[in-house]
Amino acid sequence: MGGLLAASSGRALTLPEDSVEALFHMYKGGGLTASGPAVLVRKSLADKVSLSGSYYVDSVSSASVDVITTASPYKEKRTEYGFGADYVYRDSQITLSGSNSKEPDYTANSMGLDIAQEVFGGMTTIGLGYTRGADKVGQKGIGFFDNAKHWQYRFGITQILSPRWIASANFEAISDSGYLGSPYRVARVFGAAIPERVPRTRSSRALKFRTSHDLGSRNAVHAEYRYFWDTWAIKAHTAELGYSRYFGDLWLADAFLRFYSQKHALFYSDNAAAESLYISRNRQLSTFNSIGLGGKVSYTWKRVPGKYEIKANGAYELVQYKFKDYTDIRSGGTYSLNANVLQLSITATF
Amino acid sequence: MNACRILQSASAIGALMLASMLSGCASVEPWVKPYERERLADPIMKTSGGALADKHREHVREVREASRGANGVQGGGCGCK
Repeated sequence: MGGLLAASSGRALTLPEDSVEALFHMYKGGGLTASGPAVLVRKSLADKVSLSGSYYVDSVSSASVDVITTASPYKEKRTEYGFGADYVYRDSQITLSGSNSKEPDYTANSMGLDIAQEVFGGMTTIGLGYTRGADKVGQKGIGFFDNAKHWQYRFGITQILSPRWIASANFEAISDSGYLGSPYRVARVFGAAIPERVPRTRSSRALKFRTSHDLGSRNAVHAEYRYFWDTWAIKAHTAELGYSRYFGDLWLADAFLRFYSQKHALFYSDNAAAESLYISRNRQLSTFNSIGLGGKVSYTWKRVPGKYEIKANGAYELVQYKFKDYTDIRSGGTYSLNANVLQLSITATF
Repeated sequence: MNACRILQSASAIGALMLASMLSGCASVEPWVKPYERERLADPIMKTSGGALADKHREHVREVREASRGANGVQGGGCGCK
């Protein structure tokens, strides 16, 4: 919704342009590599409805620290199909979307509805959204044995503050019910490995503020902050600063710096000194900080005004994770890792 | 709980701003006209790298961090090992 609001706030609500986007993505770090292609096609019908379809592949090869110390390295593939339909009527835009994601031991389906309404002469855009998800959880050798359900409620407001300044606030509440852990993951109690036990419900809230300002010399600055909290007692702060500028008519470059920190879940323990009803050693739920430094470059390869535009894009981010209460059992020290995130894409708009 | 208080205060201020903005529609005219919004529509004002690139970045973060939501990108699938 934020993207929709940001994209639509410069002028009255209009249907997204017809486009084709092809992406190669890769994440590599801590013994895990996830990469694959993705394609998105968008086409409008009778200037009233814009339909989109996407295909996204994640090929994962994992020998991460928890996999190496408690299980065997593995490879698997996740495939996701998505569709969307946008309808614009006067100052309103309605978006219906759905997705289907499949792995050998996990399937996820979701449907979402978003509504954006421009008010106050188009200076303010208010958005509301809802997504319902249903997953099947399985395990190799056993098959599907449980499920999980998700409810997402979104509210956002984007405000034009001046001809060069725009800001937005987004709120999202997410509730989950069902099997929310991993059947492969183990916890540690007195140094002994036991299967993790995670609550079957979770409810979280996130509030995000974002602003962009045009500096006037074909450059702009961006800043955003998000506060997150949930019923597992996790609290997290995310702050991001970015700078964008044109080089000539064809090159647009962005640089960004992202800070993230979170406090662990109530039932997280690196090595528990007592058994408890819920216990996990999932480092995603531990206390850690991360810093990401990245850049994006976009090159306009061909442009015929009013007809089409083709762009080549590249993005790279180096992320450093520092865990505070997750021990690397191999060395006895606290765990940290560096990760590389790469994206290469071509976008064509018509 | 300081953060909660700050958030509550921020929500209250936000609600007041929204209320004053909506109630003031009759007296306060939109001060940025549609023809003045060209710069805001420029790609330089967007932090997005495209729908798929945003989806990927969001997925990379969501499977490694406990926090989620309010990003404006619809998620899907787990891939969370």
